Amino acid sequence: MMSREHPDLLLTTSPFVKDPADASWIMWQVNFALMPIAAAAFWYFGLAALLVMTAGILGAMSMEFAVLKMASGFPGKILDGSALLTGLLLALTLPPGIPLWMAFVGGAVSIGLGKAVFGGVGSNMFNPALVGRAFLQAAFPVAMTSWPAVSSADRFVSASSSLFAFPFMTPTVDGISSATPLSARFFDGVSAPLQDLLIGNTSGSLGETAGLLILVCGAYLAIRRVFNWRIPLAIFGSVILLTSILYQIDPEIYPSAGFHLFAGGMMLGAVFMATDPVTSPLTQKGCWIFGAGIGVMAVVIRQWGGLPEGVMYAVLLMNAMTPLIDRFTQARTFGSTRSERFTR
Amino acid sequence: MNARFFHTTPSFKHGVHPDDYKHLTRDRPIERLPFPDSVVVPISQHLGRPSKPIVSPGQYVYRGQLIGEATGFVSSPMHAPMSGVVREIMLHHHPSGNMTEAVVIDRDPLSAQTLFGERRIDWRSMSAKEIIDEIGIGGFVGLGGAAFPTHVKLTIPEGKKARFFIVNAAECEPYLNSDYRILLEKREAVFEGIRVYLKALGAERAYIGTESNKADAARFMREGIPSDLPCEVVEMETKYPQGAEKMLIEAVLHKEVPSGKLPIDVEVVVNNVGTVAGVGELFLFGQPLIERVVTITGPGIKTPANLMIPIGTRLSDVVAYCDGIMDNTRQILFGGPMMGTAQRFLDVPIMKGTSGVLFLTEDKVVHREEYPCIRCQRCVDACPVYLNPSRLGALAGARLYEDMLDYHIMDCMECAACSFVCPSNIPLVQRFRVAKGLLREQQARENEKQKAQS
Ligand code: SF4
Ligand code: SF4
Repeated sequence: MMSREHPDLLLTTSPFVKDPADASWIMWQVNFALMPIAAAAFWYFGLAALLVMTAGILGAMSMEFAVLKMASGFPGKILDGSALLTGLLLALTLPPGIPLWMAFVGGAVSIGLGKAVFGGVGSNMFNPALVGRAFLQAAFPVAMTSWPAVSSADRFVSASSSLFAFPFMTPTVDGISSATPLSARFFDGVSAPLQDLLIGNTSGSLGETAGLLILVCGAYLAIRRVFNWRIPLAIFGSVILLTSILYQIDPEIYPSAGFHLFAGGMMLGAVFMATDPVTSPLTQKGCWIFGAGIGVMAVVIRQWGGLPEGVMYAVLLMNAMTPLIDRFTQARTFGSTRSERFTR
Repeated sequence: MNARFFHTTPSFKHGVHPDDYKHLTRDRPIERLPFPDSVVVPISQHLGRPSKPIVSPGQYVYRGQLIGEATGFVSSPMHAPMSGVVREIMLHHHPSGNMTEAVVIDRDPLSAQTLFGERRIDWRSMSAKEIIDEIGIGGFVGLGGAAFPTHVKLTIPEGKKARFFIVNAAECEPYLNSDYRILLEKREAVFEGIRVYLKALGAERAYIGTESNKADAARFMREGIPSDLPCEVVEMETKYPQGAEKMLIEAVLHKEVPSGKLPIDVEVVVNNVGTVAGVGELFLFGQPLIERVVTITGPGIKTPANLMIPIGTRLSDVVAYCDGIMDNTRQILFGGPMMGTAQRFLDVPIMKGTSGVLFLTEDKVVHREEYPCIRCQRCVDACPVYLNPSRLGALAGARLYEDMLDYHIMDCMECAACSFVCPSNIPLVQRFRVAKGLLREQQARENEKQKAQS
């Protein structure tokens, strides 16, 4: 009998089975988990929310499309969910009255400066959405700190004229500008009621107000093992620990742990920004350190920095620490002692 | 010292949970494959020095007769799997993809295929050394897949001691059921084998390690342990790679084999349950290693089965017995889906190390489209030896093989758990195999150079 080569047999190497989750699935899961939060933004801020989110996503997707077109062989695909996620996350951190062209530029900058210049998906050092936000904060400080009121009566029928400002014109600042819970607390000494903070009935960025909802969506992702729950847990833990001590010292100057957790961008930042796998550590121990660092820094910036909100900068700073954390938390190899572990 | 004292389910850390697909052949008792018209017996089927054939074309051989001789200590002989006439000695496809020397035997249609030299070997009156020699002459190798000569494993190096013997019946690879069937159907041979091993090793206690998806077999074994046999059944968590020696030892005895060392360095010897049953049968009726249990399974085979197959049987004969393959079969593997080898030819022979043959249809074939690493930690959490596959993968991609040594690449046991979980479909273990091969070659070359200089 001659040796018969079977014509259809594929020769590859093991493994021949594969866990079904792939990178694009993971990113779509996060997008999916953000839907209720986007819906809440629509509920509280009306048409403005819808328009800003659309502008941010369009900005990010256009830039991604342009980059993928221009540089052939650039990693990633337009529909892998990552550009959409970046654009949406960015939009959720923007004030509801921001001119749409700024949201669009922010989305484009997130992808361009936050991701593409590093070499695309997986190579970026900083969370792209936060890079976009930091850019907008620096370039348009006024627009980034003008807060229309929450739940205004006509929110579903009309949108603030500031949204439609032309590029590089000073936007007409709306009369009905209001204070966010953080600025009210730190600059005016007024505390928002906790139940409003929990359900999100406060002014602030589009997606950061509904604290409880964010927590629920995060729990979904943790259960589906899409993100590392250790990071938000470490952030919450360190924030609670630090602010509770401070609160004991002087409740007048230092707000309670509950306030810190649910006011401003803390929830959104902890659950959706800090957990970006690309910019967080690879080791479990590293994730605890990373999260604790974010929590401490956010509180420090809020209490003693010049800004009311510190979560964004805390995440970006810890993003920069990630390679270092990885290096020093590399696990020992099975069957070796701790001193033999890699520490180069 | 009860292994189940600390954990509810003994196991190791990390690892993965692939779908197990065991139901395809789980409840199919071992059937004996009828002797084929001819067999192709590769002379070397083990790790170590190749053996050399001692028969010539035209010669009549009996079933169980020696046909290939070991050529050193780390080597293993080969016996005729059936009575017949040696047709030729030629180069033939080997499941590894190479061509190797093989003896072709045409079956004697008139022979009843009784065993050559059937006898009971009284190990109780033999010394440890004599027992180990007998196992070596029987051509026994690890039947779990690696095919390392058993007599070498049983020979304890000077100054070391074996206190524990673990029977590896974890069978953590998906699809495979040969170990499970052996537990259920060859219990007495397993216990006889354990007695022989304990005496040969001078060990004080034996453990049978199996996974919780074989709980019925674990119970069956536990109930049958003879009262005078210091043996215990440990039911471990169903998790891949639970059957890797180091993981098994961690689960059963809570000991970590030091990096770069062998189980014997923590006073343990591990052997596959098929080997143990085979050794039991060697001493019960003198049968050398000439046949083995193979799980024939997967969506691509018409009738999945657990078969007792003479070593050297061509895959095509096995396929014919199982009613053929489905038209959309795209991959045929020797071994399990995590560590097996894809085959190109249907006339490759079943080997001593072939625990299963898996037929995958088009819809089960993994199509990979590589994406950049998104640093999701899944590989880090999967690696049973705590490496950082993400980092190693990046270094291998950049061909920085030397740097991989700093990240302990040589501790990688190529279990493929990292590739299995990677959502970016990065061929991690595939790259590690290449890297390790190159690094080993380089090491060998340096050793040569040093030798030449001194
Ligand atoms: S193949 Fe190597 S690196 Fe990958 S999980 Fe297994 S031991 Fe770890
Ligand atoms: S599993 Fe794949 S994508 Fe995730 S960290 Fe490891 S190599 Fe990167």
